[in-house]
Amino acid sequence: MLNFQPWKTWTVIVVCLLGVLLALPNVLSQQTLDGMPSWVPTHRISYGLDLQGGSHLLLEVDLKSVTKERLQGALDGLRTALLKEKIGYTQLTADDDRIVVALRDAADADKVNGLVNQIDPDLAITTAPDGKLDVAYTAQSIAQRRTAAVDQSIEIIRRRIDETGTKEPTIQRDGEDRILLQLPGIDNPEHVKELLGRTAKLTFRLVDETTSPEDAKAGHLPPGSELMSGDDASAQRTGQPVQYVIKKRVMVDGSTLTNASATFQDNQPVIQFKFDSVGARRFGDATRENVHKRFAIILDNKVISAPVINEPITGGSGIISGSFTVQSANDLALLLRAGALPAPLTILEERTVGPDLGADSVRAGTTACLVAVGLVGLFMIVFYGLFGIYANIALFFNLCLLLAALSTLGATLTLPGIAGIALTLGMAVDANVLVNERIREESRHGRSVISAIDAGFSRAYATIIDANVTHLIAGSLLFELGSGPVKGFAVTLCLGILTSLFTTMLVSRLLVVWWLRRTRPKALPI
Amino acid sequence: MRPLFVFLHEPPHIPFVKLHTLGFIVSVLLTLASVGLLATRGLNFGIDFRGGIVMEVKAPGGSADLEAMRSKLNGLGLGEVALQSFGAPDDVLIRLPRQPGDDAAQQKGVETVRNSLGTTYEYRRTEVVGPKVGGELIHAGTVATVLAILAIAAYVWFRFEWQFGLGAVISTFHDVITTLGLFSLLQLEFNLTTLAAILTIAGYSINDTVVIYDRVRETMRKFKQMPLGGVIDLSLNETLSRTVLTSSVTAVAVLALLLFGGEVIRGFSAAMLWGIVIGTYSSLFIAAPLLLHVKPRRGGEKGEPAAVAGAKPTKA
Repeated sequence: MLNFQPWKTWTVIVVCLLGVLLALPNVLSQQTLDGMPSWVPTHRISYGLDLQGGSHLLLEVDLKSVTKERLQGALDGLRTALLKEKIGYTQLTADDDRIVVALRDAADADKVNGLVNQIDPDLAITTAPDGKLDVAYTAQSIAQRRTAAVDQSIEIIRRRIDETGTKEPTIQRDGEDRILLQLPGIDNPEHVKELLGRTAKLTFRLVDETTSPEDAKAGHLPPGSELMSGDDASAQRTGQPVQYVIKKRVMVDGSTLTNASATFQDNQPVIQFKFDSVGARRFGDATRENVHKRFAIILDNKVISAPVINEPITGGSGIISGSFTVQSANDLALLLRAGALPAPLTILEERTVGPDLGADSVRAGTTACLVAVGLVGLFMIVFYGLFGIYANIALFFNLCLLLAALSTLGATLTLPGIAGIALTLGMAVDANVLVNERIREESRHGRSVISAIDAGFSRAYATIIDANVTHLIAGSLLFELGSGPVKGFAVTLCLGILTSLFTTMLVSRLLVVWWLRRTRPKALPI
Repeated sequence: MRPLFVFLHEPPHIPFVKLHTLGFIVSVLLTLASVGLLATRGLNFGIDFRGGIVMEVKAPGGSADLEAMRSKLNGLGLGEVALQSFGAPDDVLIRLPRQPGDDAAQQKGVETVRNSLGTTYEYRRTEVVGPKVGGELIHAGTVATVLAILAIAAYVWFRFEWQFGLGAVISTFHDVITTLGLFSLLQLEFNLTTLAAILTIAGYSINDTVVIYDRVRETMRKFKQMPLGGVIDLSLNETLSRTVLTSSVTAVAVLALLLFGGEVIRGFSAAMLWGIVIGTYSSLFIAAPLLLHVKPRRGGEKGEPAAVAGAKPTKA
């Protein structure tokens, strides 16, 4: 135990110095750091949102609506196909995850199977015991679509957030259908939430002028059309909700837009947009065939405006006018540029910390840690004298190594994490207390100085390992199952246990060995 | 340099085994009282678990008029709004119950409060937890705590013997339940950080217990003829100075957190401080004396010949 080979000694020294070097950026000001030679590391511990201020949002992608919407499309397709093939049915309905078809003539089942396959090969038909047909998407294709929908949502969210100019946002998947969004420096996320609260599905469709909204409401709705209301802004302007009968067939949708920006026309904020070549051609064809009719611009199932087509629009660009304010025109342009979300998002959790509270927390946490270090250090000197000083030196390196590990691993420090550091100090001291008490005890039993110290270290170590491993088990479970700030606490706790094992088992022992070699003591100083 | 003060020059002779019946009675009463409190009063769950809204605001002009704010916010139809001053005189913590409806309804609540108070207030912190996440967090928290205790027990069983593992589990559950009882009694807010504190308490308590068990095992091997009660008494007294010193120094560090760490982690620090006290107590008066009743095998670990495992007399 008291034998230190040179390579071991040097390893300990190098690790300790490296720890100091890597921890250094955290205590130096940015200015001093900039003036340092380039080999000096500059990684600092990154603060969690609770310390630097910012907004944390947990979003849920409404995956049910993805499946449902897809099924609805298949239902429409099937209805048209059945009509075309003149296959009679008594029931054709869709619920959340399947379409139910009851045929007049069961012999048509094979034909229907072929039709369904044509509509979408991912659909599978099963025959229910009562003879009805169940049409549903295969589990595999649903899972694929779900993953794709979340991935696409992340991409769209990233584009929308980037457009707002937020610095270094973190957007990551969290479980099957959730997305975790971290926005440093955002202390009022209302605007972000507003942007994320809209799917921004834009479609251009024709207005069905064969019937009026009043008639449609009374039940005379043509099968290929639906009733839609105007957006809130135009309802506010006119004082009453406007309704339109809109054809279900989509002329062009927002995915063919290549650019959109807010501008002014007749002193009114409007949105200027540009189609890609496919969109431009389709829009040109559709407007050519329907001159003097009205078409509607629809965003998230609300009609923004329904202008009359005066002449074919073939230039591939156009203007959306409506009841916009400058802000809402800018927002809509941003949303159109970023693209539509595949499904609506719900905010499950929000945690926002203002920059002042963050700074206060850093200050309070630092004070608490310094006071804890001071008191613990004093305590060790009072109770263990010289060996207490050695323990304190080890404690200092422990702190440096912990900060170094946090900086290099890119771990995030949270307020509970700071509490974890203070707590680690107490735990680190425990190992020293165990060793020192054991040395005292061994010496009481009549051992010589060297033999007491040797036995003290070696016997205490088994205990220290057991105690720390159990602690590490609790810490890693906390890390696995905790979230946010709690995870931050678990990280510092676990790293702290590891660094304190190193410093007590090697650093303080090395110091004691040096002291033994230097002074060859006759009596124990404790 | 010599120590200024030596705690316990010689190991004391405290009859822990004699006292343990008293300790058991106290602990059984404490545990029953805690379970009773949890069943009747329950825990004051924070929004992390219950869902709801918490906002910390700084009022303009240096001090907050709680009465005026209360009547203003209670008129918004958001349910019973609770206000509490938080640290500084102009700091106010606003708690809103979970808004009826889905997750979007919670967001509406925040907006309503912001609009009502206006922009002269500084919004220091806003936390909104929807009903869905809250339920999951309770589940995850409970699973984490139980798993942690079981994993630790498995390790202790592996390193020692099952009797020790059982003792560690019982004393740790005792610590966790009485801590929950304290939170119920004082109706302190129970949130995610408190849960972290509970797990840390479990870790700390087991740490303490393992140190003592280690010594019991060593003494058992050293003095094969000594009755188990004597072994336990001797082990506890020999490690008492370490137990007291470590607990006090950790308590000192936690006290610094409690006094200087700010409002946000006050609940955490309070729980930890209690945990250190109860964890130390349970190691001495429950974990160790429990061995008397489960009677671990003497003479070393499984498969290890007693002659090798026993300490050599020269070391005594």
